[in-house]
Amino acid sequence: MRVALFLTCVNDTLYPDTGRAVVKLLSRLGVEVDFPAAQTCCGQAHYNTGYRHQAEPLARHFSDVFGEYDAIVTPSGSCGSMVRELYPRMGERARAEGRDDGLARTLAPVVPKTYELTEFLVDVLGVTDVGAYYPHTVTYHPTCHGLRSLGLGDRPTRLLAAVEGLDLVELPGARECCGFGGTFAVKNSDVSAAMGTDKVRAAESTGADVLCAADNSCLMHLGGTMTRLRTAMRPVHLAEILASTEKEPWS
Amino acid sequence: MSGTYLGMPAFPAAARDAVRDTTLRANLRHATHTIRDKRAKAVAELDDWARLREAGRQIKDHTLRHLGEHLLRLEEAVTAAGGTVHWAADADEANRIVTDLVRATGEREVVKVKSMATQEIGLNEALEAAGIHAYETDLAELIVQLGKDRPSHILVPAIHRNRGEIRDIFAREMAQWGRPAPDGLTDAPAELAEAARLHLREKFLRAKVGVSGANFMVAETGTMVVVESEGNGRMCLTLPETLISVVGIEKVVPTWRDLEVFLQTLPRSSTAERMNPYTSMWTGTTDGDGPTAFHLVLLDNGRTDTLADEVGRQALRCIRCSACLNVCPVYERAGGHAYGSVYPGPIGAILSPQLRGTASEIDASLPYASSLCGACYEVCPVAIDIPEVLVHLRERVVQGGEFTRHGAKTTLKPARGHAAERAAMRAAGLVFARPGLLRAGQRLAARTRRAHPRTLPGPGRAWSATRDLPTVPKESFRDWWQRTQGRGAGPAGSSGTASGTASGTASGTASAEGRTDEGKAGA
Ligand code: SF4
Repeated sequence: MRVALFLTCVNDTLYPDTGRAVVKLLSRLGVEVDFPAAQTCCGQAHYNTGYRHQAEPLARHFSDVFGEYDAIVTPSGSCGSMVRELYPRMGERARAEGRDDGLARTLAPVVPKTYELTEFLVDVLGVTDVGAYYPHTVTYHPTCHGLRSLGLGDRPTRLLAAVEGLDLVELPGARECCGFGGTFAVKNSDVSAAMGTDKVRAAESTGADVLCAADNSCLMHLGGTMTRLRTAMRPVHLAEILASTEKEPWS
Repeated sequence: MSGTYLGMPAFPAAARDAVRDTTLRANLRHATHTIRDKRAKAVAELDDWARLREAGRQIKDHTLRHLGEHLLRLEEAVTAAGGTVHWAADADEANRIVTDLVRATGEREVVKVKSMATQEIGLNEALEAAGIHAYETDLAELIVQLGKDRPSHILVPAIHRNRGEIRDIFAREMAQWGRPAPDGLTDAPAELAEAARLHLREKFLRAKVGVSGANFMVAETGTMVVVESEGNGRMCLTLPETLISVVGIEKVVPTWRDLEVFLQTLPRSSTAERMNPYTSMWTGTTDGDGPTAFHLVLLDNGRTDTLADEVGRQALRCIRCSACLNVCPVYERAGGHAYGSVYPGPIGAILSPQLRGTASEIDASLPYASSLCGACYEVCPVAIDIPEVLVHLRERVVQGGEFTRHGAKTTLKPARGHAAERAAMRAAGLVFARPGLLRAGQRLAARTRRAHPRTLPGPGRAWSATRDLPTVPKESFRDWWQRTQGRGAGPAGSSGTASGTASGTASGTASAEGRTDEGKAGA
């Protein structure tokens, strides 16, 4: 099986540790992983801000880069849902606009092969215990696109619960959005900040020292809020927890 | 739509004030969370909820596809049952029709059943201008009307008020409009409800004209359906001599059988009740029972235009249950008034810019009043994909294009104020089309990382006023990959592979070097 890592532009640029963690984790599980260097961005920010037509070349590019792999793994619920949910929709819209099937046909192959990291681990590899060790109290925030678009369900928490040394505590109001929302964070910054603050306070109330999520965009927003609020918690991507072992602790 | 909302500031500005109003935040948080949790329980009781939801979606879609046919059938049935049907293309026409009908009775006052359609057209204001006073009889609408306020929720228009505020409004205002509030009124719910009952009772008994909307209209029989909880609706629908119902054309369902679905999904979604206390149904007029004259005003007011839009038309499936408001994290913090329309919350954010167009500042800002979290879509009993429509309307705002206005195809120019964003999106598109450019940008950012501020001036303040910026790492992932795997720079498929063997290079390398704490957001 040829497996490609679709790291996402945000992770590539700002959170390389998450990428390294995915590589380390998958390697430990016996999976060969490629990082096709021609990859850039799935086009989600363009699409969701109303620039669907500008997102199309990015989607085509994605398809070119990843089309020949058997599986495309991404440590981002929202970018995963961009490919899985919105690429088909982009194809349909192009058709509805009187263009031909070209876009839909180009994008179709990558759609079913794209997996969010926890789906790949649980559904494709069939593991929940990845042999990780992480001696911290952790609370998990299910990010919206992972939760509602991809329907990740309890995959992330099953993975976390199997981590040795990890104390998983429930986050009150877990299903509520953290307020990031891409350009929403700046276009409606007051509401976004209020949502972020409420999420951080809820996380704090659990007594956990780590707030975990499977999407660094949301963690960027929450982490930035946490340091501003001077909380003692840290935001950590799920992949980094799963990559951590007793011999090689991640953080 | 009503002129009362014109000149509203754009959503972000209106929301800012609401976010800072701690009483409002507390009122809304308490109210929305209570009803949200109750709804979830009421819905979980039904094991066929998903099928009911899908059935509701399909009935509405099918009806909308043949809307003209069903409306003509409805007109025929209502007329045959002794009612009169009027067609109103827009708010002005509907207001004129209702005003003339009330004038013809010689009455100067009407009692009203809670109705979104009459609020949408600003009927009360239009009647007032003609010297006719409209009394709202729904408890929450009464609170709003007495408080000279605006509704902030579809179902609970006074959701932004707490009991203390309601007591003050009753004690202060009731006397002006009729029976005063009892002396020594407290904020106990039972006392407040009793004060409202007594105040309203004299109006019910006196009124000769009732005005309502309808939740559903059954085409095959010409039957109107009003679903409510307080019984005030039943009073208004049965006691007056003349009954005028103003109903949006999308409220028609083909058959009685279709009600089976909605009478299950609506109460559970809106008030978390298995069944609502009062369901009133009437068909035209009946000798010796109820009103002797019945008028149905069928309202378009932008609905046909909305129907013309392939993506946006799903908004017309809405049965106004308000579940999407109660679950919306943005509504919870911004409050209903920030939406500048009688339709607040997620449904308002997709309905108002379609019914009114996106020309005004508030309407152009509504499609952005969402983090696209999808909670609204998840609870909607007719499966309106609100995030999909929001994104579609964002596209209309920033790119313009063809859409239907007043029945004619119009080409819309891109909205002003998005020029910088458009340029940024174009620039990002260029960079992302060329991995080499992306790499160059990342390296530049890494080289200058020590000089990056934690907060930003100008528009960047929108982020950094409340959040620290992430620190740019020394090295992007792609540079690390190329350096350590050495083969990652090639085109797709020719890149390096991290082997999964025991001595795998990737795991060895990943743990051996390169990991930096700077990579953490705000760490
Ligand atoms: S959009 Fe759906 S959830 Fe919202 S009010 Fe309408 S029917 Fe209810």
